[in-house]
Amino acid sequence: MPQETAQVNKSIFTPFNVIAGMIIFCGLIITVLRFTGGLGAVTNLDDNNPWGIWIGFDLLCGVALAAGGYVTSASCYIFGLKRYHSAVRPAILTAFLGYALVVMALHYDVGRPWRLPYPIFLSPGTTSLLFEVGLCVFLYLTVLFIEFSPAALEWLGLKKIRNLVVRLTLVLTIFGVILSTLHQSSLGALYMIAPSKLHPLWYSGYLPVFFFVSSVFAGLSMVIFEGSLAHRHLHHKMDETHLKESEGVALGFGKAAAFVMMGYVGVKFIGIAMDNNWHYLATGWGLWFLLELVGFVVVPAFLYAIAARDRNLRLVRWASILAVLGVVLNRLNISVVAFNWHLPSADRYFPSWMEIAISLFVVTIGVVVYRFVTTRMPIFYEHPDYEH
Amino acid sequence: MDALFYTLHDFLLHSKSITYMLMGAILLGLLLFWLFLSGRDEKKRTF
Repeated sequence: MPQETAQVNKSIFTPFNVIAGMIIFCGLIITVLRFTGGLGAVTNLDDNNPWGIWIGFDLLCGVALAAGGYVTSASCYIFGLKRYHSAVRPAILTAFLGYALVVMALHYDVGRPWRLPYPIFLSPGTTSLLFEVGLCVFLYLTVLFIEFSPAALEWLGLKKIRNLVVRLTLVLTIFGVILSTLHQSSLGALYMIAPSKLHPLWYSGYLPVFFFVSSVFAGLSMVIFEGSLAHRHLHHKMDETHLKESEGVALGFGKAAAFVMMGYVGVKFIGIAMDNNWHYLATGWGLWFLLELVGFVVVPAFLYAIAARDRNLRLVRWASILAVLGVVLNRLNISVVAFNWHLPSADRYFPSWMEIAISLFVVTIGVVVYRFVTTRMPIFYEHPDYEH
Repeated sequence: MDALFYTLHDFLLHSKSITYMLMGAILLGLLLFWLFLSGRDEKKRTF
């Protein structure tokens, strides 16, 4: 039985709180600058590069790494792998926070937050991929909120509503998988509008497939990575079932990720073959592409495979870090590094320190809220009133 | 050195021929990788 929120008599000025507080304070100042002075006041964006790291990192990486929610709930409730049940709540929480922060970060890029409902309710551009992404994210965020709500309702002691919401689990899971399939792939499809701007090694007619397949192993790797962090810092909040199942979750997800990653490598090469882009591999861009594909996909896939064979938990955790970094590198390559690759270096985009600070601010808010929720609500343990 | 393509048919014939061979190799590779991945799993009796 985990300890309930123990009130320990210790200072609030812990290293984590101080650093997080400084980042949030700095982020709030830049937020004021952004919404009073416009994009030009805080970013290096221009007509050549209208999308920077707020899209490349906060949105693309945020959505990909939040895929653990639909992957975990699908494996447990649709494929019936009940041995992964203890991983569902942490994964749903991470996904919910990830998507909520994606929407928050999008405000910095788009501006005028009071017009957020416009694309959905007032002037939907139904022929646009962005509309599809917006609609899916709006619906999926709602689904994730409902999927997450039982934990909050148990914490608040609202049994009747909690029992009602729990009955919707399977429907919500199916809805979540459909919505994720749609918008994960559409995010890749967005870049198909710029064949002359994106480097041919990253540009492909299969971009939607690449984004969707990579989101699967991004989600699996993120669940392993987040699980290992939680084990280190929130061990005391976990019940026996969670502790018992966690090794199986990490090894099972690592094994699944290894196979999906190898499939991903396969479709990436099919993309190159279909466009006959082999000659680009012998250039500097080709080396960078191979570093991304081999160093951050093939290598972690083999590490996962060896870890699954040897039941090596430490190795599977290291592999997950590499895989997560690989997904981040891939999304940044597509949206920033290999985008406008033909422009002279003077016209290339590099984020301003304030753009980086806002991205850091968004991630920090996610970590702080995650810690707040997991130390109070039944995320890593079953609430005593609902144990079965 | 790049091959020269005079027609779309030439290009598709070239790229699709390579793609189909690659797909065969990928399927075989994935099968071998799966055998490597699950090589030490406990055998389940199905009868």
